[in-house]
Amino acid sequence: MNNSFFERKYIIQGIFIIAAFLLACRLFYLQIIDDSYILSANNNVLRKVVVYPARGVILDRTGKILVQNEPVYDLMVTPREVKPFDTLALCELIGIDKEGFDKRYQKAVNFSPYRASIFEKQLSAQTYARLQEKLFQFRGFYVQNRTVRSYPDSVAAQFLGYINEVTEKDIERSNHFYRPGDYIGVSGVERAYEELLRGQRGVQNLMVDAFNRPKGHFMDGKYDTLAVAGEGLVSSLDLELQKLAEKLMKNKRGSVVAIEPSTGEILAFASTPSYDPNMMVGRERGNNYMKLLNDPNKPMFIRPIQAQYPPGSVFKVVSALVAQQANMIDEHTRWNCPGGYSYGGGRGFMRCTHVHGTIDLPAAIQGSCNTYFGHVYARMIDQRKMKSTNAYSLWRDAVMKFGIAQELGVDLPNEKKGLLPTADFYSKRYGNDKWGSGYNISNSIGQGEVEITTLQMANIMAIVANRGHYFRPHLIKSIGEKKVVKKEFTEKISVDIDQKYFEPVIEGMSRVVKYNANIRIPDIEMCGKTGTAQNPHGKHHSVFFAFAPRVNPKIAIAVFVENVGYGATYAAPIASMMVEKYLKDTISMSKAVQERVLKESNLIVPDAPETTEQTTSKLSPTKRKIEKNVEYVRHSEVALINDTKKQTTENQIIQGR
Amino acid sequence: MNQTRKIYGGSVDWITVFIWLALCIIGWFNIRAAVFDPQHASLVSLSTNYGKQFLYIVVCLLVASAVMIIDGKFYNYISPLLYGITLLLLVIVLIVGRNVGGNQAWIPIGTFRLQPSEFAKLGACLLLARYLSSHSNKMPNLKTLLFGAFILFVPVLLIMLQPDTGSALTFFALTLVFYREGYVSGQFLSFAFVCIVLFILTLLFSQWYIIGALAILCALSIYMFKRSRKMIQSIVIGFIASSFFVLMVDFVYEHILQTHQRNRIDVILGKVDDPRGQGYNLNQSKIAIGSGQLFGKGYLQGTQTKYNFVPEQSTDFIFCTVGEEWGFVGSMVVVLLYVALLLRITQLAERQRSAFARIYGYGVASIFFFHFFINIGMTIGIVPVIGIPLPFLSYGGSSLLSFTMLLFILLKFDSNRKGVV
Repeated sequence: MNNSFFERKYIIQGIFIIAAFLLACRLFYLQIIDDSYILSANNNVLRKVVVYPARGVILDRTGKILVQNEPVYDLMVTPREVKPFDTLALCELIGIDKEGFDKRYQKAVNFSPYRASIFEKQLSAQTYARLQEKLFQFRGFYVQNRTVRSYPDSVAAQFLGYINEVTEKDIERSNHFYRPGDYIGVSGVERAYEELLRGQRGVQNLMVDAFNRPKGHFMDGKYDTLAVAGEGLVSSLDLELQKLAEKLMKNKRGSVVAIEPSTGEILAFASTPSYDPNMMVGRERGNNYMKLLNDPNKPMFIRPIQAQYPPGSVFKVVSALVAQQANMIDEHTRWNCPGGYSYGGGRGFMRCTHVHGTIDLPAAIQGSCNTYFGHVYARMIDQRKMKSTNAYSLWRDAVMKFGIAQELGVDLPNEKKGLLPTADFYSKRYGNDKWGSGYNISNSIGQGEVEITTLQMANIMAIVANRGHYFRPHLIKSIGEKKVVKKEFTEKISVDIDQKYFEPVIEGMSRVVKYNANIRIPDIEMCGKTGTAQNPHGKHHSVFFAFAPRVNPKIAIAVFVENVGYGATYAAPIASMMVEKYLKDTISMSKAVQERVLKESNLIVPDAPETTEQTTSKLSPTKRKIEKNVEYVRHSEVALINDTKKQTTENQIIQGR
Repeated sequence: MNQTRKIYGGSVDWITVFIWLALCIIGWFNIRAAVFDPQHASLVSLSTNYGKQFLYIVVCLLVASAVMIIDGKFYNYISPLLYGITLLLLVIVLIVGRNVGGNQAWIPIGTFRLQPSEFAKLGACLLLARYLSSHSNKMPNLKTLLFGAFILFVPVLLIMLQPDTGSALTFFALTLVFYREGYVSGQFLSFAFVCIVLFILTLLFSQWYIIGALAILCALSIYMFKRSRKMIQSIVIGFIASSFFVLMVDFVYEHILQTHQRNRIDVILGKVDDPRGQGYNLNQSKIAIGSGQLFGKGYLQGTQTKYNFVPEQSTDFIFCTVGEEWGFVGSMVVVLLYVALLLRITQLAERQRSAFARIYGYGVASIFFFHFFINIGMTIGIVPVIGIPLPFLSYGGSSLLSFTMLLFILLKFDSNRKGVV
């Protein structure tokens, strides 16, 4: 037996132990000391998948759908998983060319070779159906469905607004609530009610295997959150009425606002020229958006709340109410109209449309007598036993209670205030506070510096209909399944005019409609008033505002059609049809008038964009100063120039007696 | 009667049997975890790896019993034949073998595949023990050493033709047998160790830096041992030899090693940082084990292994499942079981009266040690990736059977160690 090397077993055993010790040290380092591996492991396995909630659906007041969600399909790609395939076939299926394919693919690779990114957005259901059959040929591609907005009736574009992918700024502003790829309401109700409509994102913690295939939920979904769909909104719009409004306003520039006086709910909210809200959805969205943005007719301009016009005759209504409340006139106060109002010791003359003779308040409203309201205004400013600047301020405060020159607080973003200058403004303009009614007599008939939106005009009608109060006009009737109504919309706002002062005004307005066969509605006593907003830059704006019925009114309406000329050629018949449609669900107006209103010819004047801007934007202070000296002259001139035309038109259409 | 009791009772080394069984069971549970799919949770379906492994363990139990019944002398007599058969199989596999992952290492038999290289270890180990023991009454000499090495060289050559470098390298572990029997000296082991260190250093740094460092080291040593001419002589020879070796490393690395082997070495040395490409296996393996932390994620809760992040997770990388699901504690249990097994085997080997049994025992220990250290070391990134199984844990019938036979033949020798083999 030769076993002389037996002591070497200790060396060998020592080697075993040292080797094991080495392994143990390394294991200790990997598993106990170094924490980074647990993170890497989670990165390997966990994928946070955001579950997008469905955006809230918006209904009209009768439950018909205004906006809903429609499924679309995003084609996703994970470059690393892509195997060679027939690129041309895929290009053909989704309608792109090879170049487009390369560009998109490169973009995806740049984003991450290992993570899925959007290859092509918003494929239609048809494209998806065709693609799905062949998708197995394209390894690494898959389809993820999402929803987009869809507007079944293509109406109320400016009211509903649109959504868009969030920008960097949106993300920052929201404190990173939004993430790239999210959608956010940009205008209209979509923006105003964004917080309610967007719902709550859900997160799924999915585990994936080495091939990025989902393998179930982490910890059985313990850390997952469900997506909560956005709140549904019931709007105050009446879909049928809205459709009618948009139809009637076709090929015209202007706006229609109808309000339910007892609630302040807006029944119709038309702004033309308009666009199909479906244009702001889908793959052509970008192109369409640019098209709309560059359209000289500014279809994205929300006219009812953003276009500011000289109010014209509606102001006479307010003026009459304010003067009665101030005890400066009553319904029997009479003035003689010799065909105009002379002021400033005979230096100025504001023409009236007619020689009205001696008339009382209802007749002055009925006849829209400039002379009468010149006198009313002069009393309010010059004869109140106080400095006229103070008197003006008092008058202005009273007028402003009607919602003029202030935001009504409608539930849409970017509402314009309109304009009613302060006493200081005039003191500055004239260099001292010694001015009187003669210096801004045009205010008395709603011309000059005064500006108002169609919404404010409709709201004034609601105030008259309610005989002294209004509810904040709003577009969303109730929120969610519980039908929550915002508190600010239930608050009754008084204009501090006694109820009895409304009757003479309403009587005058009632007569306007009663004596006009074209706009009279059988069995319904509508009280309305035509207006003609003078526009020094082009044809006058046609205005009509009304409410009906006289007793227990159900609808107040204002129609503003730009640049279509005098009187109520268009505005009055449109309003009449709207009211009848709403109250009786029929239209009895003579076919001839209907056709004239609806005629296809385009009434949008070519130089219109400029006009709109000038009408709706305030003149710069310098410009005003220059015009100061010619002011007295201007009124007379304008009145003179337009006299002939105006007479004939108004006689034909309105006065028809 | 007495004889039977000896075989099945008292003199069987139950400690080893227990460790063997424990490792097999741990292996089975981890294989199940590695491929676990809750939708197909049946325990012994032959369509799953763990179902098959269960079958293999049962077969191994039967084979182990059979091994224990057969007379110990038989293995000595049969060893040349067994060696011949395994060589034949290694030749056959080169002809009819199935190529899996670049290695022609498997002979298909029905639905199963036989891996001859696993059994070649057994054949070579037995024949080497027989040959060396027949010369154990002489002083160790070079001729015996060379012939012993030749016994190992033939299967290594055949395995390299597959080519299965990992399995071939295993045979080098038997150097420990030659060491124990006195054929190679401690200096040789140290020399081998120095070579490995130099090899690594040369790959990490420029060869001229290494030679420069060696020169400084030698100069210092010469200064220290300036009185001993003999020392100076050997230092100079050592310097020349190691410089030559260093210069050779680059050549070997660039021209002899294959690309994937170079890559594996580069990854382990941190020369390339490519966790998605060449370093993917190792990186994922470290993530799996590292994320296990102290107590692991719990049985069947491992995500890295279950979801295929770790490649070969039931065979070569089975230790990842252990590390991920059982944590440091579980990993240490496995490591300690192996250490216990290795120490126990050396102990068994040392208590044999016959040289044959002792040499064979060291052969078994060397093979197990190599597999244990290289396999676990590779999963945690201290040795390059070499595809060899972890004994008793890795999935695979051939390796489980050959390791079991290796072990139980030793236990058989041990059970009648007092008799003459």
